[in-house]
Amino acid sequence: MNYKGWNEFEIGSLLFPFEKEGEKNVEKHAEERDYNSDNSYTASTAHWRVEKPVYNPEGCIHCYFCWLYCPDSSILVRSEKMTGVDYVHCKGCGVCVSVCPTNPKSLLMFNDHESEEAALASWPKKEEKK
Amino acid sequence: MAEKMELHEIEVWDGNMAATHAMRQARIDVVAAYPITPSTPIVMNYSSFLADGYIDGEFVMVESEHAAMSGCVGAAAAGGRVATATSSQGFALMVEVLYQASGMRLPIVLNVVNRALAAPLNVNGDHSDMYLGRDAGWVNLCTYNPQEAYDFNLMAFKIAEDYDVRLPVMVHQDGFICSHTAQTVRPLQDDEAYAFIGDYKPKNPMLDFSKPATYGAQTEEDWHFEHKARHHNDLMNAFPVIERVFKEFKELTGREYKVIEGYDMEDAEVAIVALGTTVESARIAAKAARAGGIKAGVVSLRVLRPFPYKMIAEALKDCKAVAFLDRSLPAGAMGMLFNECAAALYQFEGSKRPILTNYIYGLGGRDMKQSDLLQIYKEQKQNADAGKLTVPTQQFIGLRGPKLGFN
Repeated sequence: MNYKGWNEFEIGSLLFPFEKEGEKNVEKHAEERDYNSDNSYTASTAHWRVEKPVYNPEGCIHCYFCWLYCPDSSILVRSEKMTGVDYVHCKGCGVCVSVCPTNPKSLLMFNDHESEEAALASWPKKEEKK
Repeated sequence: MAEKMELHEIEVWDGNMAATHAMRQARIDVVAAYPITPSTPIVMNYSSFLADGYIDGEFVMVESEHAAMSGCVGAAAAGGRVATATSSQGFALMVEVLYQASGMRLPIVLNVVNRALAAPLNVNGDHSDMYLGRDAGWVNLCTYNPQEAYDFNLMAFKIAEDYDVRLPVMVHQDGFICSHTAQTVRPLQDDEAYAFIGDYKPKNPMLDFSKPATYGAQTEEDWHFEHKARHHNDLMNAFPVIERVFKEFKELTGREYKVIEGYDMEDAEVAIVALGTTVESARIAAKAARAGGIKAGVVSLRVLRPFPYKMIAEALKDCKAVAFLDRSLPAGAMGMLFNECAAALYQFEGSKRPILTNYIYGLGGRDMKQSDLLQIYKEQKQNADAGKLTVPTQQFIGLRGPKLGFN
């Protein structure tokens, strides 16, 4: 990062996501946008995460509850399908897990250091109605 | 389009009405407000003008003063001309957002009708709220009567919105003694006043979708200091714009304002330094003191922030004794005017280093009597003749009970 002096940046501690053509940029998917380097799209805001949500596509019904409730826009959806979690920005709050309606849940919290394979291998079975 | 109001050459307005007319004439886009005594009539008058078709802008009634200033921040960031009014407890509740407004460099105009802070609860005038907000990073302008409340409101928009300043501005007037005391005011006609202020020039408005702006970013130890330093730098360097606006206002109206106002200071040996309506009382007392053989004068500040460090020293450097009158409880220290002006005077080249005293007065609306002011002048004369302090540095004046003084 380029550490600027006090007289070298815009007043008001403003950040500009795009240098120009804001309207055109926001019509594209995030990964295709021409973000400025100081935009948080590429900066990790997740380094204090302790637990992470892991996505298991097997039982997912693509209801987008997780996408709607995520406070950090960290649920990735493309072509009307839930595709995973943006771990660069997810803080691990667990809201997505709590709103997931499937049985078993399609998102569960695991220790941040656990691998995706290990997490998926330990996924719980469907709970039978009693 | 809003109706125009035809104003008389001389109107009889109190300070609140004067401020409201200036706000109406500024064609503000958004006023978000929550009324509180003694500034309530500003908000009330403004909503009446709006209901009667004299205002086109939005008026947003909110649930608290914190929300009022938050609404102002949002509207100003969106790209509108914005103003509001408050006092005392409401001002205290706004404080958090005052720092947001100035940190985001939003040119909001805030009328502060000065009132005491509880406890004990009190609705009357003193400068506790003004002192509470002085580190909030706003330009602070001080007025002494309704005419000035009107004039400074017009000038406040011009100063705040200037691209070289781009900071929010408070216009202070004393609760009740100014805000509720009807006096003659010479207003400008609506078109003339608006032409003086000019059209609003947006800067990085959030509603410019071609270049979206993020307001309220988080910065930690690696960036925060630079942003704050820039803020301070721009506030310190606001004087040329403030003085240019004063000059343009004089050319338009004939009314001249200075960053530091001097009264009978040409040959003054002793001086009172004060803010608010007390300045006018002190001028009367200075005349009486002169009749009694004391070469007395009055110095007052129009601009409290940025603090006119060298200008105040220049105005007082030849005096033999100076009294600084603070209308706010210093709460365990010397008064603000004393501290800030004393440092300036001590450093100033050619300063004769007058004997300095600090008087705490008028808390909660307690009257400052002519006899009190004359007593202060007499003590200054006594200090000047002795060439040293003959009274405690800090004294409370107009207080019942045993004499209270410190240092």
